[in-house]
Amino acid sequence: MRIFDPHIHMSSRTTDDYAAMHAAGVRALVEPAFWLGQPRMNVGSFTDYFDALVGWEPFRASQFGIAHHCTIALNPKEANDPRCAPVLDLLPRYLEKDGVVAVGEIGYDSMTAEEDKAFAAQLALAIDHELPAMVHTPHRDKAAGTERSIAVVRESGIAPERVVLDHLNEVTVAMVKESGSWMGFSIYPDTKMDEERMVAILREYGTEKVLVNSAADWGKSDPLKTRKTGDAMLAAGFTEDDVDRVLWRNPVEFYGQSGRLDLEGEATEAEFAGNSILRGARK
Amino acid sequence: MNAWLDEALTKVAADATALRTLFPGVGRRVGRGPSDTPGWTVDDVARVRLLKAAPGAAAEMPDLYRYGDAAEKRAVLRGLSVVDIGDAGLDLVADALRTNDTRLVTAAMGEYAAEHLDDSAYRHGVLKCVFMGIPLAEVAGLGRRIDEELLRMMRSFAAERTAAGRAVPADLLPLLNEQDA
Repeated sequence: MRIFDPHIHMSSRTTDDYAAMHAAGVRALVEPAFWLGQPRMNVGSFTDYFDALVGWEPFRASQFGIAHHCTIALNPKEANDPRCAPVLDLLPRYLEKDGVVAVGEIGYDSMTAEEDKAFAAQLALAIDHELPAMVHTPHRDKAAGTERSIAVVRESGIAPERVVLDHLNEVTVAMVKESGSWMGFSIYPDTKMDEERMVAILREYGTEKVLVNSAADWGKSDPLKTRKTGDAMLAAGFTEDDVDRVLWRNPVEFYGQSGRLDLEGEATEAEFAGNSILRGARK
Repeated sequence: MNAWLDEALTKVAADATALRTLFPGVGRRVGRGPSDTPGWTVDDVARVRLLKAAPGAAAEMPDLYRYGDAAEKRAVLRGLSVVDIGDAGLDLVADALRTNDTRLVTAAMGEYAAEHLDDSAYRHGVLKCVFMGIPLAEVAGLGRRIDEELLRMMRSFAAERTAAGRAVPADLLPLLNEQDA
């Protein structure tokens, strides 16, 4: 089973996770720029983080045979902090970098005026830089937030098939399918979505334009949820080809719209800025 | 000739701030393989051409370096000797020499460093190259800037390596022997 996790925050994960993911079949992933748990206080914290998403983290992933790409954005939660919002002015520099395959995570957290502004501005950036967009749907008041997100996407003029609305559930899936955008599902222990519910959604709505991710991060989460969903699909009677479509071909098709997906895998470099992740004496 | 590069050269000639979004994607458009300039990649050559073509590139270079990935940083360092940046490039050279990235350290010790670094910084840059195994042939200006203090530092380095039972880089020996003769 070859797996492309279209949404996972590897900066928060260990090398053991990378090894286990590779063993489970993960060969590619996308790490969206998001909140770090601890609020940021200045623009420099964002740019150092973005530098890691296009620098150190792809290097770390490459050591485990996994292709790493990322999405770059000011996330909805921190868009509300006037100390962070000026990072919007620096995004054009990052949105042209090789490993950046979408603008994201953008969207709503609490549906404030500041979030409206950052969301619209970043959809415009996606159009300017010819990138798809990854939209985070809010965890609170999700149905209303998803509906409003679809409206903002429509107003922006970006083609709906260049947008994924993520963290969907039974209540929000139909309206996103109707809109023509991609449907993202985060398989999380206990909360957002689980493997069995995901299988039921796939039965009802089909496999087209569906992305399944682990969204694993610094919270209680599981980087192997993509594999577990693939196993649950097979157990429920889906074919190997169905699983390959959902867990590999769909994310390749969605992010491939950036023209920057590189799954060939360049020769792994031994060091990044002089640092190896293989500690101990070097011979 | 690459059509994308032609268009990019026209854009930066009209407005140097266009470098901010044109610089990062150069490798995707022109390739990353070796070029006719020894030690330079095709994207190095293209990026340096963009810097040369942009009036006012000097004002853009510190941020191109700050927000650049390793390939962009390397190109900015290579561009220091073709753009009239005065002493403003010294901070970038100093930053690159603090890294442990051989690609950046090598690019930092180009013609600009040979022209602008003070004696102490130049000597330490050369010694860092020796320490990191960067061939001295890639360091600009060594013939005219080598001095007794740098030779002392190199002899001391060689003695330390010998005492530890480790090899002394082969390209160091002729320099040391020449002076002893």
